[in-house]
Amino acid sequence: MSAVLLIFFVLAGLAVLGALSLVFQKHPIHSALSLIVVMVCLAGLYLLMGAEFVAAVQIIVYGGAIMVLFIFVIMLLNAGEEEHTDFSKLARFAGLPLALALTASLAALVIRPDASISAPAPVFIPKATEQISTMLFKDFVYPFELTSFLILVAILGALVLAQREKK
Amino acid sequence: MISFLQQNAFWIIAIVKIALLLFIVLTVNAYLTWFERKVVAHIQSRWGPHRVGPHGLLQPAADGLKFLFKEDPTPAGVDRFVYYLAPFLALALSLTALAVIPFSPRPLEIFGQKIYFWIVNPDIGLLILFAITALSVYGIALAGWASNSKYSLLGGLRSSAQMISYELALTMSVVGVLLMANTFSLQSIIEQQDHGKWGIGFLGWNLFAWTRNGLLFPQIIGFICFFTSAIAETNRVPFDLPEAESELVAGFHTEYASFKFAMFFIAEYTAMITVSCLATILFFGGWLSPFPDTKFFYITHFIPSITLIPFGLWVIYDGIKYETIFGKLILPAVGFAMFAIGGTLIALPGVNDFIQPIFWFTAKVFVFLFFYVWSRGTLPRLRYDQLMNVGWKLLLPVSIANVIVTAAVVLWRSHP
Repeated sequence: MSAVLLIFFVLAGLAVLGALSLVFQKHPIHSALSLIVVMVCLAGLYLLMGAEFVAAVQIIVYGGAIMVLFIFVIMLLNAGEEEHTDFSKLARFAGLPLALALTASLAALVIRPDASISAPAPVFIPKATEQISTMLFKDFVYPFELTSFLILVAILGALVLAQREKK
Repeated sequence: MISFLQQNAFWIIAIVKIALLLFIVLTVNAYLTWFERKVVAHIQSRWGPHRVGPHGLLQPAADGLKFLFKEDPTPAGVDRFVYYLAPFLALALSLTALAVIPFSPRPLEIFGQKIYFWIVNPDIGLLILFAITALSVYGIALAGWASNSKYSLLGGLRSSAQMISYELALTMSVVGVLLMANTFSLQSIIEQQDHGKWGIGFLGWNLFAWTRNGLLFPQIIGFICFFTSAIAETNRVPFDLPEAESELVAGFHTEYASFKFAMFFIAEYTAMITVSCLATILFFGGWLSPFPDTKFFYITHFIPSITLIPFGLWVIYDGIKYETIFGKLILPAVGFAMFAIGGTLIALPGVNDFIQPIFWFTAKVFVFLFFYVWSRGTLPRLRYDQLMNVGWKLLLPVSIANVIVTAAVVLWRSHP
């Protein structure tokens, strides 16, 4: 158990560091790279909980496809270093209290003894992928199909916008 | 000491296996460059490397030394962190992918420890390979961006656009196999193509898709889509637009020299090997022999010997009449080693049976590697718009159609 805990803390720490670096880096490519680190660490955390399929998909979809697209766009626009403007007035006054409130509420939720979000023990369920697919295509087939319809609408929207620009 | 070894056997075996696999793969990589140069040279009626060592066999070693001792300049204005990160990323990811490839089903038993011919055998082997492929674009794209050169940037841009386009077709073309196999585990995918004593041999491979329930949909179209997009994913001719010498100097690795360049080079060749292994596993039955496992076909177990012995004899003959003294010494020795291995395999049937899966796996992988080299020697590079057309308008629709037809046939066969 201690090895698993150690891996958890390494991954979680890396994920937090990556997220901080994402915010504080000045160059968009460095921020995108930090985001990839966060994605891969999250995949590692999923793997630690025995969700092999979700972990692999996390890397393939988020770490791979989406982030490649981000990097592609940043490279295509040849975006330079960001110039930090003066922060918004809301952030100056309400930022710190709001952040503290969020951290406090999350901490309260985690520390509570009857916490409902206790981490499940890492068990490797055989045929976990098969169970996911059975659930997806039998029990939740309508929400699944609706989601795919939503994505189709998004694709059509992108096509319409691209075609309009051509004219 | 012995109890320490027994307690930590798991770790020791894993580390030794990783070291051994790395050694083998890097050696194969080195000689793949020699093989490629020789084959392309003969396609173009040249001799290829033949000065360093007999038949140029020491050329890879000379190249390796040159890579190590060349000056390693860093161009001005590069993004230092990303510039150094990119080659490491490319190499590390392509080498990691090999960890999930199963080479043979039979474990080697040493001191009561079963040693399998794979490093890990996860249930989601195929997905892990795809995840690594998805990440491996960053090595090239970031190298192109960080180099502070317009040629490199164009190469990096091209490579990320190409990867996004061809990854779809690559993934879709494999779905047909997954529908028939019902699993992501590479070992199980090979095992369900094995029909053992039933006696159909290579017809049981996913490429032809005979099963006990009858003929499923042969994955020939799926294989063509898979291999075409895999060549594009590995940035090889005719899809080598990221480094297109005639347009972009050397594309994404223009500004890399010395060993950092070698790292990209090794990464590319390792990716070739991984893709060839994957094509072998998914469509060509992995370690399975093309002949049925029956008494009549037992004679095919001697194919390794039948290839090794005459080839060894020929190398001895060639070595005796070789011009240099070094060649006269080395080549007969190599030939005799081959001859001896072939003879030993006939003499020891147990060993012969044990190496059968490894032999067939390697043989199939080398056919694909030869195909890579062959296409490099014969095909012209695609233009960029042609590349995008092939990816989006040809490979993707065809592989989706392949998935639909395969799914229909599988459903029909399971509910007749």
